[in-house]
Amino acid sequence: MGTILTMAAYAARVDVSHRPGIADPAGATVERALPALGYTNVTQVHIGKVIRLVVEAPDADSARAQVDEMCERLLANPVIESYEVTITELARGSAS
Amino acid sequence: MSVRIGVVQFPGTNCELDVMWALETLGARAELCWHGDATVRGVDAVVVPGGFAHGDYLRTGALARFSPVMSAVTDFATAGGPVVGICNGFQVLTEAALLPGALQKNAGLKFLCQTVELRVETTTTVLTGECEVGQRLRIPINHFEGNYVCDDATLARLRDNDQIVVRYTDNPNGSLDDIAGICNAGRNVVGLMPHPERASDVMLGSADGVVLLRSLLAAAGARVAV
Repeated sequence: MGTILTMAAYAARVDVSHRPGIADPAGATVERALPALGYTNVTQVHIGKVIRLVVEAPDADSARAQVDEMCERLLANPVIESYEVTITELARGSAS
Repeated sequence: MSVRIGVVQFPGTNCELDVMWALETLGARAELCWHGDATVRGVDAVVVPGGFAHGDYLRTGALARFSPVMSAVTDFATAGGPVVGICNGFQVLTEAALLPGALQKNAGLKFLCQTVELRVETTTTVLTGECEVGQRLRIPINHFEGNYVCDDATLARLRDNDQIVVRYTDNPNGSLDDIAGICNAGRNVVGLMPHPERASDVMLGSADGVVLLRSLLAAAGARVAV
């Protein structure tokens, strides 16, 4: 018999944002709107998206590797977007 | 025998019937290719029409790329088959890496639905073979994400290899280098944001799209003849 891997559930948070140098029309529009509310001291507004998911994996490194791969293949478009993955272990045995 | 052109239909595609009508009016046989079927059934050319494939969720074209039909379209394109992506179809082809770059939200965040003027930049593609360089075409656009972007190296390559197919004469959406349409290095895959099928009869306000569709038919026909 091989080693039995105990799986755990990991919460992943993926922050997708525009790559530097890629125009962010939504961020630019909000930046232009804020002074109308009196916030004349705001610069560098960027709007991205957050994707949350739970992945079952034997350990945190494996969970991260899988989510990284999901980002490369689907969750982000590397031509225009960069991403950051945060992995948090949920209580072991909580995965069903 | 008339050429057979496959028109890809994803859930959310909405320009497929207009494209089929325009192609059939010009004498082609147009056939729908459902996204769930991993085949283009031996057609002579493929059009990926406009719409909102898979609801445009996540990013435009991002999910469509994984539909079974796209593996067949990719094989067809790799074998030199003529493939044209219109609007959402252009976005799908960039996500599928059949064309470089990506399409971003329009500068100014406006959904644009208007007739624009294009300048034909090259005639050695499957969509512009019957055009003339410098020819002006009036064709409608209808999009929120038509703002073409790519990195500097890609743009240099597009320019050096004459891969910019049509440019806007008055850039409506912030698109890099006024790009309205590009082709791949093999020149058999073309993507453009304007809708030739919506300018395929004077009744529609312009028939300037006809020369593009006729070029596609000729490219498909040349392939049959080989």
